[in-house]
Amino acid sequence: MNIELKSEKLSPQITLAHGNGGKLTHDLIRSMFVTAFSAEALSAEALSNDALSELADSARLKLPEGEIVFTTDSHVVNPLFFPGGDIGKLAVCGTLNDLAVMGAKPLYLSCALIIEEGFETALLKKIIDSMAEAARQNGVRIVTGDTKVVEKGAADKLFINTAGIGVVLPGAPKGLKSFQAGDAVLVSGSLGDHGIAIYAGREGISLQTDLQSDCACIFPLVEIALKICPELRIMRDPTRGGLATTLNEFVQGGRFGIELDERSLPIRDEVRGVCEILGFDPLYVANEGKLVLVLPQTSAPAVLEALKLHPLGRKAAAIGRLTERAPGRVYLKTDIGGERVLDMLVGDMLPRIC
Amino acid sequence: MKYMTEFRNFAAAQALSRELHSLCTGIKEIKIMEVCGGHTAAIFKYGLRDLLPPNIRLMSGPGCPVCVTSNSFLDYAMALSREPDVIIASFGDLLRVPGSHSTLLAEKSKGGDIRICYSSLDALELARKNPSKKIVFLGIGFETTAPTVAAAIKRAEAEGLKNFLVLSAFKTMPEAMKALLQSGELALNAFICPGHVSVVTGLRIYDFIARDFKTPCVVTGFEPLDLLQAILMIVRQLKDGRSTVENQYTRAALPLGNPAAQALLNEIFAPSDVEWRGLGVIPGSGLGISDAYQAFDAQKVIPLQLEPAREQPGCICGSIMRGVKVPTECKLFAKACNPENPKGSCMVSDEGNCATYYKYARNSRTTVIENEAGTS
Repeated sequence: MNIELKSEKLSPQITLAHGNGGKLTHDLIRSMFVTAFSAEALSAEALSNDALSELADSARLKLPEGEIVFTTDSHVVNPLFFPGGDIGKLAVCGTLNDLAVMGAKPLYLSCALIIEEGFETALLKKIIDSMAEAARQNGVRIVTGDTKVVEKGAADKLFINTAGIGVVLPGAPKGLKSFQAGDAVLVSGSLGDHGIAIYAGREGISLQTDLQSDCACIFPLVEIALKICPELRIMRDPTRGGLATTLNEFVQGGRFGIELDERSLPIRDEVRGVCEILGFDPLYVANEGKLVLVLPQTSAPAVLEALKLHPLGRKAAAIGRLTERAPGRVYLKTDIGGERVLDMLVGDMLPRIC
Repeated sequence: MKYMTEFRNFAAAQALSRELHSLCTGIKEIKIMEVCGGHTAAIFKYGLRDLLPPNIRLMSGPGCPVCVTSNSFLDYAMALSREPDVIIASFGDLLRVPGSHSTLLAEKSKGGDIRICYSSLDALELARKNPSKKIVFLGIGFETTAPTVAAAIKRAEAEGLKNFLVLSAFKTMPEAMKALLQSGELALNAFICPGHVSVVTGLRIYDFIARDFKTPCVVTGFEPLDLLQAILMIVRQLKDGRSTVENQYTRAALPLGNPAAQALLNEIFAPSDVEWRGLGVIPGSGLGISDAYQAFDAQKVIPLQLEPAREQPGCICGSIMRGVKVPTECKLFAKACNPENPKGSCMVSDEGNCATYYKYARNSRTTVIENEAGTS
């Protein structure tokens, strides 16, 4: 079966020739990538994608006035398709989130693929379409890219690198230096969904649940927080290493510690259950569509209410506060009313989670 | 799922805490040892010590299988890995524990054929797939793990698998508890006993401790409310002047345990003298492979002469396991010795005392208080 893409025909499997820079590479880029990422595909918001359609060696971009943020992220998740998403959606949302938490509006993405020889063309198309859809939904353009194909066994199916550019919005967080004692810590929703959805998919644990990865772009939540609170201290998306690692990064070497209330942490029963069986702690499990915010206590109730009104923030919660008591440490007030240290993750709990 | 909420319920925990505080008002210090590493981990994970009155001291004992594994056992396993046609099959934790001169992980990187497995049945599968090799399963643990390995030996016998061997360092708890009491180092008042051991053995194994040593034993589950209730049962016994074996873990442990598992243990294993890290050789505290199953005993099939084992200089895992010292009193703790680079066995396993302190209680109130009070 050949895949019909525009007028061109692609073989059912990707071969080394698709990555050698010759005709087949050109065909693949034209018929699959440019089609998916082109102006027509992104027409919902009438975005033009001239930068891509020129197919030059680099994209020429018009940037708005102001400070620019720039980031890159490689995605090696296994399996490629998981409940709630796939590597394509993840590669777009992951990079958009890294831009968004800086208080920036994401604008442009690159897309570089490393494909294992023999990878199914139909699956590649599904993943590319998923990237295009995620980009369209979030109003960003994929403007440049690269394709490499490696011999069978030299990579596992498909790796995607995306780099992103965004423009910093007014009221962007001032960073760690702006921390004050008593500042509130908020999280935008349930913790550990992504890591556990991936792990369950991978190990063949049949969960009697519809647990899905939370893979999503959190820029809408960032926009809400920026509008309501002009004094945001910091935002972060707690991916690998989970909430515990992110909070430790906030306080390490600084003047403050964090006191966390275990009873206020939003964690789904399914996630708790799987973690209990496998000996994981949900606080160290990766998220891909959650926002952690530190902000003045006085703004916390308003921001929390506004986040809860957005579909991505329905389970948002105030989970703790900055304290001067134990600088550099995160403490957990436990379910039963005791207290313990919540340390950085040691070792790798779940490899290839994103 | 119920136990994840009901056995961790805030209001119930606070009520138990209040009752303990009122019962303990004005009495002298009570020293209770939780012998099992699983209990130690739960106590720290839930910050349970914060809910206890100041005159109750919990002390962590020698009940983590990886931690009590002696250097001589590890040295033997590493020597076996250097023998021709031997594949070592081990639980993952054990690979990182330093023996006298090396670790199994280091031996693996030097070319030793050492495989991680999750149960003895994985090792059986290795034996089936590699008929020309000898598979040596490293048998560590207590009465909880031993029946599964006994079952694997039975299966190997039934299938005629002659290349499946077990290097046994299985241990039983009561003799070690007796040794701790006889050493006189601790002046312990009571034991919190591991619930899952009694699921297999029943409750009678501790009778002699309660009777001869006047030390109450409470068989206990692993949730925070289990532990708080067990401590309450202990305090009541002590206040009443009683000393008996009581069962807090009635939802899983029966008075007579699991007779099928016991029969299997008695058939495959026989009591032996075994070395515990930190406690030395304790007579009758091991489960050696019985004479009838010698063909599966790695030490009998591949006898090796080794140099005497040597301990890591500066490491006080032994004293920590006996409850004589706490991890933060060790000069290496959180400096030269940490989970990424463990110097002693207690820093390796998730249930090891040092790993638990490192993860949950570094610089916390608990450890500061303990260090100020001193421990011996």
